[in-house]
Amino acid sequence: MATKTVALEIKRQADPDSPAVWERFELPWRPGMNVISAMMEIAANPVTADGRPTTPITYDSNCLEEICGSCAMRINGKARMACSSLVDNLEQPIKVEPLSKFPLVRDLQVDRSVLFENLMRVKAWVPVDGTYDLGSGPRVFPQQQEANYPLSNCISCCCCMEVCPQFNEDTGFVGAATIAQVKLFNNHPTGKVFKEERLRALAGDGGIQECGFAQNCVEICPKGLPLTEAISDMSRDVLIQKAKDLVRG
Amino acid sequence: MAAPRIIVIGGGLAGLAAVIKIAESGGTVDLFSIVPVKRSHSVCAQGGINAAKNLKGEGDTTDKHFDDTIYGGDFLANQTPVKAMCEAAPAIIDLLDRMGVPFNRTPEGLLDFRRFGGTLYNRTAFAGATTGQQLLYALDEQVRRYESEGKVKKYEGWEFLSAVVDSKGVARGITALDLRTMELRSFPADAIIVATGGNGAIFGKSTNSVVCTGSAQSALFQQGAFYGNGEFIQVHPTCIPGEDKLRLMSESARGEGGRVWVPRSAGDKRPIKQIPESERFYFLEEWYPKYGNLVPRDIATRAIHKVVYELGLGIDGSPMVYLDLTHIDRATLNRKLEGILEIYEKFVGDDPRDVPMKIFPGMHYTMGGLWIDFNQMTNIPGIFAAGECEYQYHGANRLGANSLVSCIYGGFVSGPKATAYAKSLAAAEGDGGHAAELTRQREVNNALLNNKGTENPFKLWRELGSTMTEHATVIRYNKGLKQADEKVVELLERYKNVNLSDKSQWANTSFAFARQLKNMLELSRAIVQGAILRDESRGAHYKPDFPDRNDEKYLKTTKAAFTGEPEGPRFEFEDVDIQYIKPRPRRYDATK
Repeated sequence: MATKTVALEIKRQADPDSPAVWERFELPWRPGMNVISAMMEIAANPVTADGRPTTPITYDSNCLEEICGSCAMRINGKARMACSSLVDNLEQPIKVEPLSKFPLVRDLQVDRSVLFENLMRVKAWVPVDGTYDLGSGPRVFPQQQEANYPLSNCISCCCCMEVCPQFNEDTGFVGAATIAQVKLFNNHPTGKVFKEERLRALAGDGGIQECGFAQNCVEICPKGLPLTEAISDMSRDVLIQKAKDLVRG
Repeated sequence: MAAPRIIVIGGGLAGLAAVIKIAESGGTVDLFSIVPVKRSHSVCAQGGINAAKNLKGEGDTTDKHFDDTIYGGDFLANQTPVKAMCEAAPAIIDLLDRMGVPFNRTPEGLLDFRRFGGTLYNRTAFAGATTGQQLLYALDEQVRRYESEGKVKKYEGWEFLSAVVDSKGVARGITALDLRTMELRSFPADAIIVATGGNGAIFGKSTNSVVCTGSAQSALFQQGAFYGNGEFIQVHPTCIPGEDKLRLMSESARGEGGRVWVPRSAGDKRPIKQIPESERFYFLEEWYPKYGNLVPRDIATRAIHKVVYELGLGIDGSPMVYLDLTHIDRATLNRKLEGILEIYEKFVGDDPRDVPMKIFPGMHYTMGGLWIDFNQMTNIPGIFAAGECEYQYHGANRLGANSLVSCIYGGFVSGPKATAYAKSLAAAEGDGGHAAELTRQREVNNALLNNKGTENPFKLWRELGSTMTEHATVIRYNKGLKQADEKVVELLERYKNVNLSDKSQWANTSFAFARQLKNMLELSRAIVQGAILRDESRGAHYKPDFPDRNDEKYLKTTKAAFTGEPEGPRFEFEDVDIQYIKPRPRRYDATK
């Protein structure tokens, strides 16, 4: 009796210097299957569709509930999280590739540390005085909490950078995720003490002016962050900051 | 003297909290993590963090928080550290608030609180239903700040393999594996803080993240660290079963008014909305009128098991019950629970604002862990532990929203204690054992890579997970536990015959996994045998053959010591610190 199967084509690359090859897999279908569980199945039975033994696939993953940001990859040409990519919603064969804008490590694993470096550059933190009992925090009205909370939901998956036409080596563009964090921390009653520094960091090479308003970022973001709104708000603030700095000379 | 060198392993809430305390006091830290720390499992915590701030005029106090925690843990937790944690909690909330955590607010701009399981007070601060994510990010940001000042060096993508211990049994560093280059290295340290989370992977599918294997704890256990209360495993009542994992549906769903029910008649085929109230069995509310849907997790989990397996009332005859939010207005749900509702929508396809969710219990939390003293130090001098990987704060059952506070508090205690220890540490003799430990690890690696066997490690893992879930979770019988132990012994034997389908020396995930698997297997025996020895029912540990708690015999901490012998660990039992609250029967169906 024929059982229902799932077909995947996965782009493999043993290391950054090796050529990429595609491997095809056919796996037994199960209800609720996602791209991660398909790759777990391959690990337990590493054989291609044509019966050739292969190796388990190297990929980043952790929480498997779309909150840790690890498992971003290109699935059927679209940057998305593998854990929330349900097989039943995807056209087959499901084509799985690594993100293309980041240094490849192996198979579907890439190095996205550039985002964490950018977050350091823009001082994406609230400079508290210390961890001792210094009393309650600043009063924040629900309206402001509701404005900030979505920005704080960024999972650092880097999908917004992957799909941005301006995010490349030529521009050195910082990307939407970092800009959204600048807005978040500049909005915070204590965090805004670094507001000017953050805006100047966004004004330099690869800064916010590189944005071409393609709006791909906001469409792809798995957590629905208001990215284009953050970019336009920060563009305005960067311009104002530049003008102030010019006057101050 | 030179500033002490401290290593922290694990970049979740506990590890980051420890790092912050050490850096703040002028120390420097090497921080090791398998994943970039911002992707640690703490990110998955949903519902909130407990602290008796009493902002709702209910007369809540830290003493009541302390009492709820001890009572919820069925009196197995040592009371002195729990008391200190509950007293510290309000200031921890204030600190997180100052760090910019976007906690939900009252109209006046103050912190909002909701109710969680095992308490009658609104004691849980929350940031939507993604509180763990928001807390982890706040600490991650503070650590990045110290990183920019050169006080923290991160080793992300490195996995801890073992402690380096000198001839006197004192820790002098660690060995670790670079998961990209597969380089094995040892790192010197005067003190080490282990903050490596829970061990869900031992049960195959759980609510835990992929990295939560318990491998680091087990490696230390095999090097002589006691493993405490290993038999206490929390099964969360409300999860979405999945092919790759069990996804948590936060207790906050019930905290905000969610109700658990099944149709009163088995196999009721009517559409949900046509089943009238009178024909719905709200079994938690009927059986536990005082706490209702907010009984502690072990109680709710057993109730669901009873409804499904004894009464045969699972939805459509399958092991599921409803978790119903549809009576709550959408705006409130979106404001307070959106994160988890999105998870359900994305992974199941139904909108829980319109349709009751179908849920079932799943392995969730490791109450047991590395045995530590009140300074968070294990019995290996120089090795400290904080967070879910240690056993100290939750006794026989953890209350919801106590994990985040215990992680941060444990980190805040261990950081300064490790610093003080390191400052008074005498210099090591010779190389402190580094060369010998590197040799030992290299031999393990070479043996694994050159093994010509036939066993696939991922398949062995599946067998382990199904055995452990069947025999060592909600309901335990000695016969089944013994079968599980025999199965683990069989798997350990077959592990000797493991064959990696990938023998490369670059980003080889099978290799790293096979090393973790060995550690999972060894730790499983401490869990299963600890459960066999405890012939009583207490908190999450439930044996139908011994349905009552037996304080006379078992009001004791279980301490497992690795022996390397075929019969498994050696056990000893330690009295529990009960100096503040006298043990009393734990009855959530009656008044406390």
